[in-house]
Amino acid sequence: MRSRAASLTASTITELAAALRDGSTTPRALLAAAVAHLEKSDKDLNAYLTVTRELAEQQADAAALTLEQHPDSASPLCGIPMALKDVLCVDGIETTAGSQILRGFKPPYTGTAVRRLFDAGAVCLGKTNCDEFAMGSSTENSSFGPVGNPWDIERVPGGSSGGSAATVAAGTVPYSLGTDTGGSIRQPAALCGVVGFKPTYGRVSRYGLIAFASSLDQIGPFTRTVEDCALVYSAIAGGDPRDSTCDPRAVADPLDSLHAGVAGLRLGIPHEYFGEGTEPGVRAAVEAAFAVLESQGATLVEVSLPSTDVALSVYYIIAPAECSSNLARYDGVRFGVRADRPSLTDMYLETREAGFGREVKRRVMLGTYSLSSGYYDAYYRQAQKVRTLVSQEFDAVFQDVDAIISPTSPSVAFPMGSRSDPLSMYLCDACTLPTNLAGLPGISVPCGFVDGLPVGLQILAPRFEDARVFRVAHAYEQATDFHRAASPFVGTAA
Amino acid sequence: MTQTARAPATALDRYEVVIGLEVHAQLLTRSKMFCPCPADYINAGPNENTCPVCLGLPGVLPTINQQAVDFTVRTALALHCDIPDFTKFDRKNYFYPDLPKGYQISQFDLPLSLNGHLEFPVNGTAVRCGITRVHLEEDTGTMHHAGDVLQSAASSLIDFNRCGVPLMEIVGEPDLRTPEAAREYLVRLRQILTYIGVNDGNLEQGSFRCDANVSLRPHGQTELGVKVEVKNMNSFRAVQHALDSEIERQSAVLDAGGTLVQETRGWVETQGRTISQRSKEQAHDYRYFPEPDLPPLRLDAAFVERVRSTLPELPEARAQRFQTAYGLTAYDAAVLTDTRESADAYEALVSAGVSAKLAANWHSGDVAALANEHHQPLQHSGLGIAGLASLLRLVESGTINGPTAKELLAELYVSGGDPEALVRDRGLAQVSDTAALTALVDAAVAANPGAAADFRAGKQQAIGQLMRAVKDASGGKADMPVVNRLLRDRLSE
Repeated sequence: MRSRAASLTASTITELAAALRDGSTTPRALLAAAVAHLEKSDKDLNAYLTVTRELAEQQADAAALTLEQHPDSASPLCGIPMALKDVLCVDGIETTAGSQILRGFKPPYTGTAVRRLFDAGAVCLGKTNCDEFAMGSSTENSSFGPVGNPWDIERVPGGSSGGSAATVAAGTVPYSLGTDTGGSIRQPAALCGVVGFKPTYGRVSRYGLIAFASSLDQIGPFTRTVEDCALVYSAIAGGDPRDSTCDPRAVADPLDSLHAGVAGLRLGIPHEYFGEGTEPGVRAAVEAAFAVLESQGATLVEVSLPSTDVALSVYYIIAPAECSSNLARYDGVRFGVRADRPSLTDMYLETREAGFGREVKRRVMLGTYSLSSGYYDAYYRQAQKVRTLVSQEFDAVFQDVDAIISPTSPSVAFPMGSRSDPLSMYLCDACTLPTNLAGLPGISVPCGFVDGLPVGLQILAPRFEDARVFRVAHAYEQATDFHRAASPFVGTAA
Repeated sequence: MTQTARAPATALDRYEVVIGLEVHAQLLTRSKMFCPCPADYINAGPNENTCPVCLGLPGVLPTINQQAVDFTVRTALALHCDIPDFTKFDRKNYFYPDLPKGYQISQFDLPLSLNGHLEFPVNGTAVRCGITRVHLEEDTGTMHHAGDVLQSAASSLIDFNRCGVPLMEIVGEPDLRTPEAAREYLVRLRQILTYIGVNDGNLEQGSFRCDANVSLRPHGQTELGVKVEVKNMNSFRAVQHALDSEIERQSAVLDAGGTLVQETRGWVETQGRTISQRSKEQAHDYRYFPEPDLPPLRLDAAFVERVRSTLPELPEARAQRFQTAYGLTAYDAAVLTDTRESADAYEALVSAGVSAKLAANWHSGDVAALANEHHQPLQHSGLGIAGLASLLRLVESGTINGPTAKELLAELYVSGGDPEALVRDRGLAQVSDTAALTALVDAAVAANPGAAADFRAGKQQAIGQLMRAVKDASGGKADMPVVNRLLRDRLSE
């Protein structure tokens, strides 16, 4: 199997941070390599919607100065190129959320998580493609064309953060940010063979994240290793006065317990996460991963999360309800695209008709319906009750086990266009979306291949035990080599 | 002034009128409800006080203004409301260009407060109106149409300065039975809000706005009639006229055997009538749901008590105390306590040593007129409270007479100055010395023999001419009550 070690831009953050300090490379050189790789690979991948070369050059020069003056106190992220899912606002940089309705929109501000990375010296290469308003599981719902999976460009990279997953898998940048509302970081991480982490709800500020479903959205990193993932998470996590749902309590440094291993830990395996749609190859790879963890000293425990099947229904009531309200601001009045019509109502209708894609319209309509007078109790209120139940089931299981392990996705990357009915697409997230309903932290780490396509292992922990997720994931990663495997795109520009 | 239909007595005889009022009052916080922008939208250039949050740009989140919560709780306590320990914000969804997020952050089923009341007299009878709830929300932007209304405008401009200004909604129970009571309710409510310093009570500029729900039912019927919501009333007078007109309209429909439709009607001042704006069928479904961007608020008892301790004495209690403590009439006490500023000024005068009655007469008479004329309350005038107290002490000690004090007051109100020094420097002290005044009286009688004869013949008002003569001869400084006594003595010899 190819190894990513051959390519500079396919190295890890820790490797690059060392290289920047020992003088073997510079922020400008890293940026040049990333740009060269992007220019060569993105014709096939379509992972980027905007390349922010000018911003990146400024940031690279500023980072070089910081590294020269304060090499010891500079963040490990300083001078290292990265990419941002196009739902994250950056001052003066076009931010579309993959939607026509926001074409040309340049936010006048930078969101908190991104601001923290920029303050740490990050070099922003560009904005990555995604499903429109983060609604989808394949990135086929982007209004700017689909993203190819670096392992097989005829297949989807997963979604909705497909571009962010693909660019890390392709070896263009060592890390990127995505967002996870029902699995939109973990599932594409699994399908692209990279590490993807969704923090506990309330650990990373959502300020500057274009909302899909406010009570479910979280920002998180894609990386090549668990350690890198913990590094990026540490840089973006923590209270923010601009986000009242963001917990102000101190964040435990996941690096402190990263190497603690899994000996003595009890890991729960919910049988509900191996539903009918689970591909045999995925099952085999994940079960092999369980065995690895057991061999590292963990105790495996069968657990049950009986509400898993209804979680999908709950999710598809709550997420569309919030989305129907969150997307009301795209009315053509103040920003983005406007359909000029003589009457206000026609302007609203035409702007939204032309500006939104099919999946977005479907969810806006679903949500509007479930919140309507006469239906609220039967749908939204009932869904909130079951959401509480889902959450309580996790709490009960975590009384008995330290973490939950499962497949991230029931399938490997599927061919583009193969899942045209919404329901089969929604089932992609069966193992990930209950996590968002409960607000838990979760990660996907590479755990094998089926016919050359990556499989992901999901690890979940109780709320605010993000460090434990990294600890288990790191133990698994160190015992295996899957994270070293490189997609055919890695090194093609070297 | 517009001709307005008055509800004929017959309508009120045949039907019981049921009125419930909803008041929206902007809070006097420095910043907006959910962002740090200044809340002042009157003195700012268009869209000057805006930021990504109040413009509803993609990706922004609201954060709660603590001062607005305090002010709302303060209001609720002044209106005797219960403060539940758990409250939350909700989204009220509808599309309009002045609402940038496409929803208003408001409160639906768990408001900040519930179950209060307001008591006030109407024509000498005590009326008690229930307060259903007081909750907190955000104001919208303002639109300027190139044309009459949005629908027919060639273009419309939006100013978002007002967008996000903290807005308190005070929902009254349908306990009011006459337009007069409705007006009085509003006057009292506005007085309380300005007293406790949460609102500036400006109906014209819309910082205090009112909508009314009106229905009629035959006397004795317990079931409510068809309700009509009346909007667009921007003065107390407009509220009373709009309600009179709407009652007249509803009773005419009912008298003719017709049925009313539930709708929203707008008061058109220039036409003196309400006009249908929206039927029940066209009413919005606001699709309220809990605001996921804001965690629920838990208001513990200690917080509520802390807010309660910031409540000043309310106007009604203060008027009561003024009567007992200062021996004032109910009328004087009500006038003096009309605004907190006025009551504070009065008490400051009294504590500066001016007698309660004298302070009351001057404060609600000449001082009130000057304050009005110069748009400058006593506290902020050049004379100030200390200056007026010093002036009134001169009156009280008999150093100067009333007319001199009036002239000095008018002269010093805006520019300020030391009344004692002026009286000394200008020699304005009144002449009370009997010998000196007797000489002036004798001279006046000698110079006006006709008036003297008339008075002696029983014509009482003839003394006026003689008094004026003495006053003029003294340069206005004569102690006139003494002059009056001396003149009468002299003429009855």
